[in-house]
Amino acid sequence: MTSSLATMAYIGATILFILSLGGLSNPETARRGNLFGMVGMAIAVLATVLGPRVTAAGIPYIVGALVVGGAIGLTAAKKVQMTQMPELVALMHSLVGLAACLVGFASYVDTSTVFATPAEKAIHEMEIYIGILIGAVTFSGSIIAFGKLSGRIGGKPLLLPARHWLNLIGLLVVIWFGRAFLNAHDIQSGMTPLIVMSVIALLFGIHMVMAIGGADMPVVVSMLNSYSGWAAAATGFMLSNDLLIVVGALVGSSGAILSYIMCRAMNRNFISVIAGGFGGGAPAPKAAAGASAEPQGEVTPVSATETAELLREAKNVIIVPGYGMAVAQAQHTVFEITKLLREKGVNVRFGIHPVAGRMPGHMNVLLAEAKVPYDIVLEMDEINEDFPDTDVTMVIGANDIVNPAAQDDPTSPIAGMPVLEVWKARTSIVMKRSMASGYAGVDNPLFYKDNNRMLFGDAKKMLDEVLVALKS
Amino acid sequence: MTSGASNDNAAASAAAPTPQRIGVPREIFPGEKRVATVPDVVTKLTKLGFGVVVETGAGDLADLSDGAYREAGASIAGSATELWSSTDIVFKVRPPTADEVALMHEGQTLIGFVWPAQNPELMQQLAAKRVTVLAIDALPRTLSRAQKMDALTSMAGVSGYRAVVEAANAFGRFFNGQITAAGKVPPAKVFIAGAGVAGLAAIGAAASLGAIVRANDTRAEVADQVVSLGGEFVKVDYEEEGSGGGGYAKVMSEGFQAAQREMYAQQAKECDIIITTALIPGKPAPRLITAEMVRSMKPGSVIVDMAAEQGGNCELTEPGKAVVKHGVTIVGYTDLASRMARQSSTLYGTNLFRLTEELCKTKDGVINVNMQDDAIRGLTVIKDGEVTWPAPPIAAAPKPPAKPAAAMPKAPAHGHGPGEPMSAKSLAIVFGVGALLFALVGLYAPASFLSHFTVFVLACFVGYMVVWNVTPSLHTPLMSVTNAISSIIAIGALIQVAPPLDAAGAADRPNTLILGCAVVALVLTAINMFGGFAVTRRMLAMFRK
Repeated sequence: MTSSLATMAYIGATILFILSLGGLSNPETARRGNLFGMVGMAIAVLATVLGPRVTAAGIPYIVGALVVGGAIGLTAAKKVQMTQMPELVALMHSLVGLAACLVGFASYVDTSTVFATPAEKAIHEMEIYIGILIGAVTFSGSIIAFGKLSGRIGGKPLLLPARHWLNLIGLLVVIWFGRAFLNAHDIQSGMTPLIVMSVIALLFGIHMVMAIGGADMPVVVSMLNSYSGWAAAATGFMLSNDLLIVVGALVGSSGAILSYIMCRAMNRNFISVIAGGFGGGAPAPKAAAGASAEPQGEVTPVSATETAELLREAKNVIIVPGYGMAVAQAQHTVFEITKLLREKGVNVRFGIHPVAGRMPGHMNVLLAEAKVPYDIVLEMDEINEDFPDTDVTMVIGANDIVNPAAQDDPTSPIAGMPVLEVWKARTSIVMKRSMASGYAGVDNPLFYKDNNRMLFGDAKKMLDEVLVALKS
Repeated sequence: MTSGASNDNAAASAAAPTPQRIGVPREIFPGEKRVATVPDVVTKLTKLGFGVVVETGAGDLADLSDGAYREAGASIAGSATELWSSTDIVFKVRPPTADEVALMHEGQTLIGFVWPAQNPELMQQLAAKRVTVLAIDALPRTLSRAQKMDALTSMAGVSGYRAVVEAANAFGRFFNGQITAAGKVPPAKVFIAGAGVAGLAAIGAAASLGAIVRANDTRAEVADQVVSLGGEFVKVDYEEEGSGGGGYAKVMSEGFQAAQREMYAQQAKECDIIITTALIPGKPAPRLITAEMVRSMKPGSVIVDMAAEQGGNCELTEPGKAVVKHGVTIVGYTDLASRMARQSSTLYGTNLFRLTEELCKTKDGVINVNMQDDAIRGLTVIKDGEVTWPAPPIAAAPKPPAKPAAAMPKAPAHGHGPGEPMSAKSLAIVFGVGALLFALVGLYAPASFLSHFTVFVLACFVGYMVVWNVTPSLHTPLMSVTNAISSIIAIGALIQVAPPLDAAGAADRPNTLILGCAVVALVLTAINMFGGFAVTRRMLAMFRK
């Protein structure tokens, strides 16, 4: 295959990748979108392998690596539980980060590249430096995110004193060594700054994600998604490969938009999420929650049987799932209940908050797994107006996303965050294990409202009981 | 009054303020069977700390015996005089007569239907007695908090139900259609004019008896409620909105009324039963059914005119009586709620109990007529002898702390925190910084870099445009597919595995090291590539309609 033919194949692959992302705009076309992605990837890999930059000697290694990696990947994809999706995605991001680092190092030690001018060499080295930097941050950050999401590391933000200064010092050191790296005459003397920088980047990635609380995880996961894209783009610059640049930029901007959407859904500043924890006001939530009006009144508990009674008599029901549903693996029971109620002519729909769960779209995937038809699963903006006409709202393991304090209490730490207005329904039922507050550490006045009922207990167990009561 | 009760009071007064005594007299209006409280409510009132005194025989007509009241904890007063003089608060159904007012004493509180607009004389008498009067009919009905005390609603509900029962009684046929061995019976057609509380109750009752129910109201927004109760909403073929505030309808224009008359004439011809509930506050009831329409109805048809007391919706109605005219029975009873005395007394008693709860938040048996409370302010028509009716309109539904938060931008359209008004400025900053960066790159970067840079910037924009279209429910698949796509970095590893080397650079190239790095990178990206696409596929396969 000639160089020109390979380039044309790359353009074809690029188009397929864009179509692939475009296809995800709607569940109908999404499957085709995924197929476009696969075809694009196959074309890109084949064109490279058969192209002028790979000689026959490398083919056995390539085939071997692809077979080993592919087997691991397919097995993982087959085995993973839908509730473990966030962990898997985080882990995969780390692989891209590590690969970017390895390619960067390999490229640096490769002496076969020849440069026309010193400026080009400098730029090439800078690209290597930045590529490894982003790759290392993505790698260590994703590993920590994986640990947090899978529960191997606690969800509480780890807030080092003066952590913003630490980050700043890290950045300065990285820039300083960057200079040293560019001025290095041979590979040996350039290696030290490169390794020091990599270590700092790894530490920075760890520190960044450690400082982020569980509720901010959707932002982090989509941000790391974005980073893995930028790492690919940096590698593309390094290797002068337009395909890598284009695809990296696509993935990078996609992740950035997702992070932005997640931040907006939490009414949080993007910078303050990335900078770690709750930005400058880290200890504020607890203090402010104490100072602002403590919700008054009593909570009204209900039993599973009474819940079933309420559901049976309702005409319109909205179910609001949260992370608690994922933890309890209750989505299948939720679907059973939904099916039963719909057969009885009850209009059951789902209201999904953009940051419900630990990953963008987490709830949608879980409900889809349980075979809930996607046309009754609605976004916050689509469904919020319908709450006043709703007889029963069932909140399953969600807290902050249904907190009326976000609208009523300007001193609340989550003030201004868009929330699902479940309290406007005739009756709301909140399923919760206890009265503990959500990730934001804010008490929820919803629980004390007259028309709210609390169904305490494990979501799965309680829903099973509700289902039994509904069937009888 | 029994001496036992007074001893109890004396004992309790040692610690707390003296609990007040609630008196429930026998209703003396002719034909009134209701009573202002029932034994169940007496128990609840006692729990609030009040003493309850019931006049002997007060509940007889509602099938509630003195014994039942006594069992619930009330003491029984032998006469009206004794009851009025020994109590602090009096619950009544009907407005008090002049004789009853004469029995009142200063500082006493009266709660019941008063109709201050219709009874100016009564108001003067009450004011002269220096008492406090809470008119349950003056409740601000638009307050959702007030619903539990809304006696007008509960009475209207009972009346609506009873209207159907009266109609069924006067109507010589089944309501539901039946196919029997003796032949086919068509279902009765019921038309209900006015879908307020009474109208809706009537729709529900008639529909559950199996009749075909149609209803009309000048307020278009009630159409859904009509349908939800099993009725069919009949529209007037004329565009006008008739919601008059406070949950009532308003007087409609001439053109509308003509169209409405035509519709009623049509319904009169088709239907077997007409139940009219149309009322406009402070005005005589609208004349909806003319003598002409009555004549056009089938013989044996029934009209129940629930507006008889206000003059009637039907021209031929005689208030308080059931008459047969042109072969049509026209029921004009004005005491429909009283005809179901036990039910209406229970509901009314509960309404008054809810009101008492609001008045006595401390639960110490002493009421506090808090004029700052919108609901109570509206109810209070006389406070300590001073006429406080009509109440000022409630200032736009007060939600004290909600406003400032609600005014906050719901979704800042820009990624720079809540500084929404700054967006033009920050946009300028973004553009400025962008221009500066581009200028720097343009000044120092070599040409080959620029071509890559062009591709990069354009690709960012393409990504931006494409991803905005992604539906939020597919965000997880989007992430996993972009993740799979980012394993394109494999290309970087591929070209390092075994590149064609020219003699110049090949000499000291650390082949093994590079090969090792590249192969490891390739394995990692392959995991990602295959795993990412496979898991996306698996997820997408689950999304179904």
